[in-house]
Amino acid sequence: MINFQYSRASDVADAILLLTAHPGAKLIAGGTNLIDLMKENVEEPSRLIDISRLPLRNIEETLDGGLRIGALVPNSDLAYDPLIEQRYPLLASAILAGASAQLRNMASVGGNLMQRTRCAYFYDTATPCNKRTPGSGCSAIDGLNRNHAILGTSTSCIATNPSDMSVALAALGALVHIAGPSGERTMALIDFHRLPDDTPHVDTNLEVGEIITAIELPPRGFARNYSYLKIRDRLSYAFALVSVAAALELDGNAIREARVALGGVAHKPWRSLEAETALRGQAATTEHFSRTADLLLQGAKAQAHNGFKIELARRAIVRTLMQAANATPQSQAHKKIA
Amino acid sequence: MNAYVGTPTSRVDGRAKVTGAAKYAGEFAADGLLHGFVVVATIPRGRIARLDASEALKVKGVLDVLTHAHRPPLADKDEAWKDEVAPEEGSPFRPLYDDSIKFNGQPIALVVAEDWETAKFAATLVHVEYREEQAFATDLEAGRSKAIEVKQPLKPRGDAAKALAGAAVRHEADYVLPTEHHNPMELYASTVVWDGNGRLTVYDKTQGVQNVQKFLCSVFDKKVNDIRVLSPYVGGAFGSGLRPQYQVVLATLAALALKRSVRVVLTRQQMYGLGHRPATIERVGLGAKPEGTLNAVVHEATAVTSRYEDFARNDTGWAEQLYKSANSRYSHKLVRLDVSTPCDMRAPGAASGVCALECAMDELAVALKLDPIELRLKCYSDRDQSEDLPYTSKQLRECYARGAEAFGWSSRNPTPRAMRDGKELVGWGMATGVWEALQMPVAVRIVLTANGHAEVSCAASDIGTGTYTIVAQVAADTLGLPIENISVKLADSTLPQAPVEGGSWMAASSAHAVLGAAEDIRQDLARLARAMPSSPLAGVGAADVILVDGTIAKNGDKTRAISIADAMRHGKLERIEKQKLNHFAEDKSHARNTHSAVFAEVKVDEQLGVIRVTRIVSAVAAGRILNTKTGRSQIMGGVVWGIGMALHEETMIDHRFGRIMNANIAEYHIPVNADIRDIDVIFVEERDDHINRLGVKGLGEIGIVGVPAAIANAVYHATGKRIRRFPITLDKLLA
Ligand SMILES: Cc1cc2nc3c(=O)[nH]c(=O)nc-3n(C[C@H](O)[C@H](O)[C@H](O)COP(=O)(O)OP(=O)(O)OC[C@H]3O[C@@H](n4cnc5c(N)ncnc54)[C@H](O)[C@@H]3O)c2cc1C
Ligand code: SF4
Repeated sequence: MINFQYSRASDVADAILLLTAHPGAKLIAGGTNLIDLMKENVEEPSRLIDISRLPLRNIEETLDGGLRIGALVPNSDLAYDPLIEQRYPLLASAILAGASAQLRNMASVGGNLMQRTRCAYFYDTATPCNKRTPGSGCSAIDGLNRNHAILGTSTSCIATNPSDMSVALAALGALVHIAGPSGERTMALIDFHRLPDDTPHVDTNLEVGEIITAIELPPRGFARNYSYLKIRDRLSYAFALVSVAAALELDGNAIREARVALGGVAHKPWRSLEAETALRGQAATTEHFSRTADLLLQGAKAQAHNGFKIELARRAIVRTLMQAANATPQSQAHKKIA
Repeated sequence: MNAYVGTPTSRVDGRAKVTGAAKYAGEFAADGLLHGFVVVATIPRGRIARLDASEALKVKGVLDVLTHAHRPPLADKDEAWKDEVAPEEGSPFRPLYDDSIKFNGQPIALVVAEDWETAKFAATLVHVEYREEQAFATDLEAGRSKAIEVKQPLKPRGDAAKALAGAAVRHEADYVLPTEHHNPMELYASTVVWDGNGRLTVYDKTQGVQNVQKFLCSVFDKKVNDIRVLSPYVGGAFGSGLRPQYQVVLATLAALALKRSVRVVLTRQQMYGLGHRPATIERVGLGAKPEGTLNAVVHEATAVTSRYEDFARNDTGWAEQLYKSANSRYSHKLVRLDVSTPCDMRAPGAASGVCALECAMDELAVALKLDPIELRLKCYSDRDQSEDLPYTSKQLRECYARGAEAFGWSSRNPTPRAMRDGKELVGWGMATGVWEALQMPVAVRIVLTANGHAEVSCAASDIGTGTYTIVAQVAADTLGLPIENISVKLADSTLPQAPVEGGSWMAASSAHAVLGAAEDIRQDLARLARAMPSSPLAGVGAADVILVDGTIAKNGDKTRAISIADAMRHGKLERIEKQKLNHFAEDKSHARNTHSAVFAEVKVDEQLGVIRVTRIVSAVAAGRILNTKTGRSQIMGGVVWGIGMALHEETMIDHRFGRIMNANIAEYHIPVNADIRDIDVIFVEERDDHINRLGVKGLGEIGIVGVPAAIANAVYHATGKRIRRFPITLDKLLA
């Protein structure tokens, strides 16, 4: 770890000011990702701007019946908030599928959205990695890539985004509230993370000097027919090989609205509007859900060791949609798959 | 002799551990303590072309950067670097010795600073250039054809190759096990306290303080009294601390260079540059007659070792103990690669070799259409075939029976995929476990004071297995005192002799050492008691005197007793001190082993391949169990590790870089709570009058042996898929 400066932001405007004044600076919230990366010399910020005490810890109802969640709400508080549990149980479930209780206590909403890939080469400064050192090459493409992406990859990078929370937020159609030097703006969460293309070092569309202030959930919560299923290499405390967030609105057995987002398969949470549109008006059957899987996985590309993810994702999509349709969501406490 | 021995006595050090009072090697303070941070190599083979520490040295608070070119003298003969448990063949690794790089993660410099953060920062400023002269290799499977055969103690019997070729039913396969790392919770650390005049007190994370003490004396050319090594508590080691690790050399080097106290703590990542369980390819061939008796066993292990030392363990010989066969052949081969030397890891050799053997036996049972237990009983061997010896005791049949009953094995449908629970396929598998019952010379000192308190001391380490508790139990029982009156001092090199703690030998060895010293105390007390005026013990022969309830009494008649305190006071003795080295009588007439039968239930989601181990029953026969509580914990720990070995653990190496890519415990998976369900430990009664006085065999390793195979066999039974490449991850089931 290298030496760095430290300042504590007094408010959001101050944080933006500090970010703009110190080009090598980084925000720090819970520190559960950034500090790890600093210890590995992967991140070497010249200055840490501590935003952990900013008043961004509220969960408030919006005028249109949705919720606005402050960027510093701890992951645990969010998952156990009664409004979230009742109205957006998909989000609560996805959060509880991630990390460990201790980490969730520290982790913030903003930090969770900004967490970086777990690609082993990204973490190891002795190996080439385009995301860490642009232009140095991608070690994963011809290396150990069992955990890597099958969708939206490029010849520069095949990393995945590791966040569970983001997958549920993508399915729920969340918005990201951003403040920056030129004012405030909002962006759909699905547009927040980028595909690697030839700039894998840029994870998100957040601009220099900008800070996430809140996440907004639209009124539709899919509280009846939802499920978050995470498949991983042990039964808890591991990143997803594949995860699926499914949310349905049913009219009898007919699907009125459908949302499906995938985690662990791409550089961002993966949705397909085509797949979701195709489900509307259809019956909730394995056959239709298989079709959804086909559409979502269109263009999936296997690397040497991750080909299994395509079939695994296909089966997980069908299963999760079935869980949602049957109103038997996957429990995160019980490890038997519903 | 049984107020405490054989009972579920709680750990005497439990409170100190859970309250944080127990101090570990990296927690000892010293005036003006300096901190060292290790710089490690990032290539697997080559030379240091240039190492520039000038920038690091400019950092405020940095005192020195030690390198091969800038350090106090180190011994130059291999012999000086050979510790008690070093492999016989080869040249031990010497940190900061010269410019050669032998493995990725090798220490190449030590930055010493006033505080740890400064040292860590300055370490990023040490610039290293390498010369990569020769091609390197880290892949066992790619190097298999270059394997060299090592001498094996087991001679072939009959003509196994021919018998196998001609067998009516034959099974032959490779089982592939990856490199694994110990990952003890406590990081490797040493605090070296500079006592002045070149004398050092070393707090080290180790399984053997006297081994480290002798090693440091020879490496640094010091006299016995110059260095004292202590390791009062160890937060797990599992074999990784049997040999002195490099941080103790570096901390000592820095203390000598700077004449100050120095602490070096490794990071989790750096610990992947220490020893490891070697990756192995286990080839097993079994030939049977149609009715299910074995006629041929061939087991050939090919394991990784380093290029500088030949590390080999007994992977292959276990069928000699377990299964009768007229023909057998065992061989062990090594592939020398650019990695650090492997080392012992819980049940070294057996954990891997028996895993393969027991999977193969399961496959043979399927081929023979026999129940797996029935096959094992048909081949059951009452003798160790390699030496043709009987066992001191072997209740393995009882293990099968008791384990099967507890598990409910009789209701198993033998057809794969036939049992299910909703969307999950249910699999039941079993395997045998076997380990050696070893014992070593250990000395113990007991100081009994007239207030009825005894201090028992010995250089042995307690690596978390419960040595403190066992020593206290045996002392309390043999001295007839309550356990609260016993204090135990361990893991100080100045205390009476003990070997490294490993091999499952410490319980039996330390218990009998206590017995020996306590016996001498009893003799003295008997003499004192008889010498008292109108002694109730007058005329009672020494052999009939026992120590019980704080008294010296006639065996069988507690009314004829004198309190220990009275007898000592009368004899004007404040203390009685006895030290005794216990040797076990050499006995080549019997084989000594512990055994187990392990039963596993797995549930596998049929579509998604997710595996859950829902039940394990482990029935263990290991002689007398000194402490059923710590003993049970030890077996449960072994079972948990066995689950990890079956499903999770794997050190992933990118052979293009010769680098470990998951050198952290987020990505190196071990089981977490959610992966562990019911574990039922059964201790099968096993009276053993041959092995030693107490009939104790030891429980350190037996708990893991057989577990991975039982799970693999259960996965086959559930899914019909035989996965021979460990760990069994879901992608292999989906393939
Ligand atoms: C062992 C381990 C296992 C884990 N397992 C999982 C898992 O299974 N699933 C999962 O989803 N996650 C997992 N995590 C990741 C965890 O969720 C993240 O580390 C956490 O959410 C990050 O939040 P933080 O507040 O600690 O972020 P920090 O570490 O403080 O910051 C992370 C990044 O976000 C930036 N940042 C923080 N706040 C803002 C803001 N308001 N605006 C703009 N930028 C900001 C920082 O500059 C930094 O770059 C795991 C982590 C660990 C260590
Ligand atoms: S996949 Fe991306 S993060 Fe991983 S090595 Fe390649 S460029 Fe780096």
